Amino acid sequence: MEQLLFIILSVISVAAALCVIFVRNPIYSVLSLVITFFSIAGHYILLKAQFLAIVNIIVYAGAIMVLFLFVIMLLNLNNTENQEKRSFISKAIAVVAGGLLLVSLVGLLKGSALHPTIQNGMSSDDIGTVQTLGKVLFTDFVLPFEISSVLFLSAIIGAVMLGKKDLKDH
Amino acid sequence: MNSFLPELSNVYFNYLLLSSVLFCIGVIGVIIRKNIIIIFMSIELMLNAVNLLLVNFSNMHNDPNGQVFVFFIMVVAAAEVTVGLAILVMVYRNTGSVNIDSLKNLKG
Repeated sequence: MEQLLFIILSVISVAAALCVIFVRNPIYSVLSLVITFFSIAGHYILLKAQFLAIVNIIVYAGAIMVLFLFVIMLLNLNNTENQEKRSFISKAIAVVAGGLLLVSLVGLLKGSALHPTIQNGMSSDDIGTVQTLGKVLFTDFVLPFEISSVLFLSAIIGAVMLGKKDLKDH
Repeated sequence: MNSFLPELSNVYFNYLLLSSVLFCIGVIGVIIRKNIIIIFMSIELMLNAVNLLLVNFSNMHNDPNGQVFVFFIMVVAAAEVTVGLAILVMVYRNTGSVNIDSLKNLKG
């Protein structure tokens, strides 16, 4: 059952990811990317990471993708005629390079998947809950948590400054 | 070939394979597309592939630290997209295009 769900979700995510990079219209790319994020959230649920599944849907599918869609519609980019033209040779070279990268990644990482379960006394069912993650986040990782809030503040200020019409008029 | 691929019933190896495939799709997208928005989306795809791998390892080792790392990666991705899209809007305002070949002023 779990295997079947994994296969279905994997096919959906890989097909949608291929759609993202090969479809001409940017709007369809964004929608395929949303499908990919939902299927990855399904993978998180299969991996017993419920909190991250919800956060993935809220942050990626909810916020980031709406930002992309908003920018595409704001700049009126959904016309496909002024599209790029890459030669077939360079596309083929890119695909071959990606395939070689895939082979080397799998060859590099496959050993790490063969020796699972270093036991540390925690049940595998409750490592993904809000309770466990909150406890870890606010004890071991409290300094990075605060620093990430500073990062967000600077990102907000940077976006506002960049989005101004003219930087000299104030 | 059998020595290269371990048994496909190992669920951790399956997730490793899936996230490697998603990462490579993102890399190919960065290489072959010229639209800056699509390149940004390919970068998001790569970040998500890494997140999936981290959650997989966290599940494999029964360790919640990996999922906290995924949380921080999402934070950084959100900040990166905010600033990146602001830069994109500015580039479009200055050059009238989102083609990455329009940014060639540094070329001598």
